[in-house]
This record gives sequence, C-alpha cells and structure tokens, in this order.
Amino acid sequence: MVSYIVRRILATLPVMAIVALFVFSLLYIAPGDPAAVIAGDQASPADVERIRQSLGLDRPFLVQFGSWVWHILHFDLGTSIFTNLPVASLIAQRIEPTLSLMAVTLVLTILIAVPLGVVAAWKAGSWVDRTIMAFAVFAFSLPVFVVGYVLAYVFALQFEWLPVQGYTPLAEGFWPWLRNLILPAVALGSVYIALIARITRASMLEVLQQDYIRTARAKGLDQRSILFVHALKNAAVPIVTVIGIGIALLIGGAVVTESVFAIPGLGRLTIDAILRRDYPVIQGIVLLFSFLYVLVNLIVDLTYTLVDPRIRY
Amino acid sequence: MDRRTLLKGLAGAGSLAATGGLSMPALSQGAAARTLRFVPQANLANFDPIWGTQYVVRNAAALVWDTLYGLDATLQPQRQMVEFEEVSDDGLVWTFRLRPGLKFHDGEPVLSKDVVASLTRWSARDPMGLMLKAIQNELTAVDDRTFRWGLKQPYPKMLLALGKNSTPCAFIMPERIAQTDPFKQIPDYIGSGPMKFAKSEWVPGAKAVFEKFADYMPRQEKASWLAGGKQMLVDRVEWVVIPDPATAAAALQNGEVDWWESPITDLVPSLKKNRNINVDIADPLGNIGSFRMNHLHPPFNDVRARRAVLAALSQEDYMRALVGDDTSLWKPLPGFFTPDTPLYTEEGGEILKGKRDFAAAKKLLAESGYSGQPVTCVVAQDQPITKAQGDVTADLLKQMGMNVDFVATDWGTVGSRRAQKTPPGQGGWQVFHTWHAGADCINPAAYNAIRANGDKAWFGWPTSEPVEKEVLAWFDAKNLDEEKAAVNRLNRAALEDVVYAPTGFFLSYTAWRKNVSGVVKGPLPFFWGVSKTA
Repeated sequence: MVSYIVRRILATLPVMAIVALFVFSLLYIAPGDPAAVIAGDQASPADVERIRQSLGLDRPFLVQFGSWVWHILHFDLGTSIFTNLPVASLIAQRIEPTLSLMAVTLVLTILIAVPLGVVAAWKAGSWVDRTIMAFAVFAFSLPVFVVGYVLAYVFALQFEWLPVQGYTPLAEGFWPWLRNLILPAVALGSVYIALIARITRASMLEVLQQDYIRTARAKGLDQRSILFVHALKNAAVPIVTVIGIGIALLIGGAVVTESVFAIPGLGRLTIDAILRRDYPVIQGIVLLFSFLYVLVNLIVDLTYTLVDPRIRY
Repeated sequence: MDRRTLLKGLAGAGSLAATGGLSMPALSQGAAARTLRFVPQANLANFDPIWGTQYVVRNAAALVWDTLYGLDATLQPQRQMVEFEEVSDDGLVWTFRLRPGLKFHDGEPVLSKDVVASLTRWSARDPMGLMLKAIQNELTAVDDRTFRWGLKQPYPKMLLALGKNSTPCAFIMPERIAQTDPFKQIPDYIGSGPMKFAKSEWVPGAKAVFEKFADYMPRQEKASWLAGGKQMLVDRVEWVVIPDPATAAAALQNGEVDWWESPITDLVPSLKKNRNINVDIADPLGNIGSFRMNHLHPPFNDVRARRAVLAALSQEDYMRALVGDDTSLWKPLPGFFTPDTPLYTEEGGEILKGKRDFAAAKKLLAESGYSGQPVTCVVAQDQPITKAQGDVTADLLKQMGMNVDFVATDWGTVGSRRAQKTPPGQGGWQVFHTWHAGADCINPAAYNAIRANGDKAWFGWPTSEPVEKEVLAWFDAKNLDEEKAAVNRLNRAALEDVVYAPTGFFLSYTAWRKNVSGVVKGPLPFFWGVSKTA
C-alpha cells in the first residue's frame, strides 16, 4: 500500500510537468498582453512596449519557460505581474475560502444526496421516488448563478437570515464562517446533490436485488440497517467515484460561485488572472489544481479499499 | 428568461425588502459608523499610480498620496501641498514652496528632494510630464521646503500639469520609493495623503483597506474635488470588490456595503425604489464613447472612408445601446470635448448632426476605393460599454455595405491586438471601441486620443498636421479666449480628418445608503467629507 502511494505521488510529477508545459505554451500563443492592461487604456504604444520589456515578456519562449522552470525547481512560483506579490502568498491568501466552500459543499452534498438516493431506491417506482428524481433533474438543469441569485433574494434580502456576499475566516469563529458559506454551498451543491442522488439510487437499486439483501430481510433486520449498513456499503464504489469526480468539478463550479457571492477564493483569482493575463499567477494556480486533481483521484482509489476489501493495491 | 432579465427581476423585487441588521458584519455601532465600505468600479490589482494608470488605481491613490496642486470643481488647479509658487517674468523658472508640517505615513517629513524624485518619475510617464521633461533645464531642491523647475521655454500649463486628475497624476512619494524605475512597480505604498494603505489587509481582487492618517494636515479651505481641505470623517475605508452587479446591488440593499461606485443602468430603477438608498449621477463630466479606426490600412487610411462613417453614424443608436431609454443619461456630441466645460465646442460638427445619410456614406466609401474587403472589428465582450458599441457598429457597417469581420474577444486581447500595426489579415485590426473619461477630454492636455502625430499617436495612429498645430496652439495659449479659439479650430480639424468617431456623451450613476452623507459628484469618488451614521 505504502509503495503504491509513493508510486502514485511520483507519477504526478510527469503529469504536472506536461500540464505546466502545455499551459505555458498556451499562454504564450494566446492573444493578450499584460503590459497593455497594466499601462491602462490611455497609455501610448511606446509605454506598453517599455512595460513589456521591463517584465521580460519580449524574451524568446524558451528563455521565459526555462526561467520559470528554474524557479519552480527552487520552489518559487514567481511574482504576480500586477500585484508584485509572490504567487505563493496570493494563493495562500485565497486557498482557505475555496477549500472551505468545497468542504461545506461536499459535506452538504453527501448529507443530502446519499439519503435521498437511498430513499428513492427503497421507494423505487413510488411517488416519493418520482418526486426525488424530478427534483434531481430540475436541480441538475439549473445554472449555479440562477440558484445563487434566487437563494440570495430569498434568504438574504427577504428573510435577512444570511449575508449576500463575502467570506469570514474560520479563525473568527465557526458560525460566522459557516454563515457566509451556506448560500454559496447550497447553490454550488445543487448540481452535485442531483448527480449523486441519481447515482446512489441506481447503485442501490442494483444492490437491493442481491440475494444477501433478501437474506437480511428474511432474518428480520430492520430496514434502516439493511439500507445504510448492508446495501449502501456495497453500493458505495460508484458513489465514491462520482463524489471524487464531483470534487474535481467543484473547482470549476467554485469559479462561478465565488464570483456570484464575492468570495475571495482561488476561483476568482483565476478569473482575474486570466482576464489580466497575469501569467505567473495562472501558471501557479494551474499547477496547484492539477496537483489537487491527482491527489483527489488517489484518495478516491484508496477509499475503494475501505468500502470493498476485495480491492487491493 | 435570460440572465439580465433575471437580475432585473430579482433586484427589483429585492428593492422592496427592508434592510436589516442580521446580515451586517459583527461591528459595534461606533465602529460601523467609522468604517465606510465601498464597492469600487474594478479590482485594485496593483497600487502604483505611475506604473499602472487605470482609473481604479488613481482613485485609490488619491487617498494615500497627495499632490502639489489639485483640480477643483471649476476645473481650476488650486494649491494643495504647495504653500506658494513664483514664476519668473520670462516664464522660464518656477519656484515652489511646500506647506510646513507635511508628513509621510512613516513619520518622515515631506521634503523637496521627495518632490523632485516624484516629479522626475512622473514626468517619464505622463504626456504633460514628457513635455516638461523635453524643455527642462533643471529640477532641483533649493532647501527642505523649496524646489525649482527651470525650463528652456515657457510652459503656461504648469499648474494644470501638477494638479490634473487624469492619469498618471503627479503624486508625491518618499524619495527612496520615487527612485524606482517608472516602468517598474514601487515596493512600498507610503504617501502623505489623508489615509494610510493597510498593506497587510490587502487581498488583491477582493479587498483593500485604508486607515485614517492621524498626522495629516488638511488645508483650511473647503474641499472641492482634489483641492481644499481633505477632512476624513471616517477612520477606515474598506474597498470591497464585488464582481457581480446583482450581488453588489443586493449587498447595498442589505446594508453589507455603504456605497457602490458604478451600478449598472439595468439595476438603477430597483435601487431608486429602495427608501434606504440614494442614487445620483456619479460624474457630471461623464464619458465619451469612441469608434476608433486604424489610419494605417485600407479602407480607413482614406479620409473619405472615415467621413463615410461619420455621415452614417447615429449617436442615438449607440447611446441607447449603452444606457437604455434614460435620455437624461446621454447627449449627442458633435465634437470631441466634454459638454458643459469651458472649452466645449461644436465647431465643424455638422457631419454628426441631423438625419443620417447612408447614400452619402456609400458614395464616399466608393470614392475611397473600398470594394468589399473584410473590415476587422475587434470588440471586447467583457466590457458592457465596448460590447454595446461593437454591436451597433457591426450593424452600421453592414448597412453601409461593408463586409464586417466581427472579432468577439475580451479586453485583454483588444489591449494587445490594437497595438499591432500589421495589416488586419496578419493580426492587425481596422476598428475597436473604447471610451474616454470626460475629465480627460476637457482640454488637449491629457487627451491622448485626440492627438494625430502619426507613429507617436494613440492606437490607430492618425496623422493630421492641422490637429497637431492646434494642440500646440492650446498649450501656448495665454488665456481662456486663446484656448477656446485653439480648441474650436482643433475640433473642426479633428472632425475633418476624423481622428476618431465620437459615439456620444454618456453619464453613469453612483449609489449609496442614506446613512452616508457628503458624497459629491466628481470624476472620481472623493472620500473626504463623507460621513456615516450607524
């Protein structure tokens, strides 16, 4: 197991190297010029060119790439072209809100979606099942920003229960932290709740037709332990897989959600960096996300061994 | 239902909701009243007002750095850091004396050497500064409070150059910071203005915090724009970046923020309905829309093709696309200068007035030799102002019989592509859109877009000797009558040669909660004189 984990982590290095080269090349050939953004709309072409030179953007591709790789090898993600702050510190500033949003969304999603899917499977064909599945289709069809606006209107503007925007660090207290995250997490989670509920239902339906479930019922076990202990564990592999995929997708969903709810996370930093062509920041974030993505996949694979002892690495 | 409709519906409904305290941050009543939370027009991504000349940087910098002079509401430069100035009879030597007791935020006194270093850095980047640099004999500190600027020829616009609010402003920094290469960012944000920048709380793209500078010595005169006594009535100003307009509107209605600099026109009706919110015109100097043509390549290298655009262009179409049906928000602009300012003129503007003449436009286009080649319009879709103008332009050019190659992209791409002088088929362009702050268009001083000095001109690189002659005549003008005469001739020449096509003059709103008072109309948000009750 340990050697497997080490091998998997080592395998991330070439993946990240390829991602880094790909992203760097893409940014190099993509249109746009940070110098033009920095100089402002009224600046002269000569000023823009001087700024390009001062940023080293006029150097050949290989020189720029080599310099960036050299710094990466020294654990230096570089400096933001715009803020003049280290990329690592910018990411550090922004990682807590994003991870918080993802964590709350994930917990919320699992707590709501899995029971919904189990109940739908248990009541398969009934009005309960149809209602849950109709809700799932509806939630899956709604864009995150629409859900976000509706939630903000109802729970912030009408009832005044929750704030419209912003983020409170966890260090300032659990409730203030959670209060700011409830609406964005529900908005972001709505799609995943729908997705995971459907997958859970399908997986449970398959398991509930197995002989050992019939045996469990014949032994007189109560419905709750049949569903949530015997059946769910055996249905868990596809559910865990989708949750893993969902975490990766959450990174993308966080971009929209953070913009709608003005959460100062990595999603918004990514958008801002792309619009400004802040190359070092974009590259740093892409590296981080690709690493997170590989890590999530590894955790998902390891989780399989917990839910299904037959799986061995 | 589209996104815009949804926003309007929700914001409209939300405007009827009362505001409450439950969603307010956990501040005490006193602390809440001393903290002003402001939603700026854009993200403060860097904080060097000489290196980066975006308006949002200038607006934040006006809190932290002071200037020698400041433009007041009558557009006149008034003394700010300067106690008095003298100019020699031949106009070649300017001597300035600083006010006593000026201090930087690090406690150091403001000295002449700081001013000299700051002006040296500024003059490498600013159009007026470059003019001064070109005729400079010396710029030296005479003593701790006195400095001298010796010139090879008179420069009547000296005080305007030092006090203007167009970017980059002549902000004064400590010498050690001002010695930074003007094309590189400064390392520290130490000024002598009324507020200190809380660098440790800065989250670029999300939040910027300014704290009252206890040792700031405001002038005794009443504040007027960047002039007079900058009395801070709050202890702390927090800039909260909210990229989504609907969220910003909801946050203002909910009391989570106090002042929103630039509400989008769609959301203004709902904000006006809210009894806790004031809405008013933000800046009476407004903005001028711009249809910028490339003078280097066909068809717009021929003045007849450019005149064809002026003959057919309907400013009303552009303005309605920009600001909707609120006619109080726009005016036709048969020229290039800001309406209701001393130099405003309609001289030569007949071509932009009256019924639009497509027959004449097509005739001019044919005379220019245009024969259906693609016209590349590079349009930023992520800026509502450029997107709206681009959509109208595409239709206009098609109606004129032109073959439009519409390139829908983002502002970052437009920014780099417009700098390309290559033919459109090789990465260049023929048309792009932008807008100019009316404050920059009150005279030719900082009005880059009106210049027509070929290779040195702004994007599009127009060449027009008559235009350049009149720009210089304005700089040399000794009084307002001479200035007016020069600008009249300049306006006519710029329309005849079609330096660019103005698409109209438009205003925008600002909105703030009613527990905030002292908000004034102006070319940037002024925080001095603004107070708040809990």
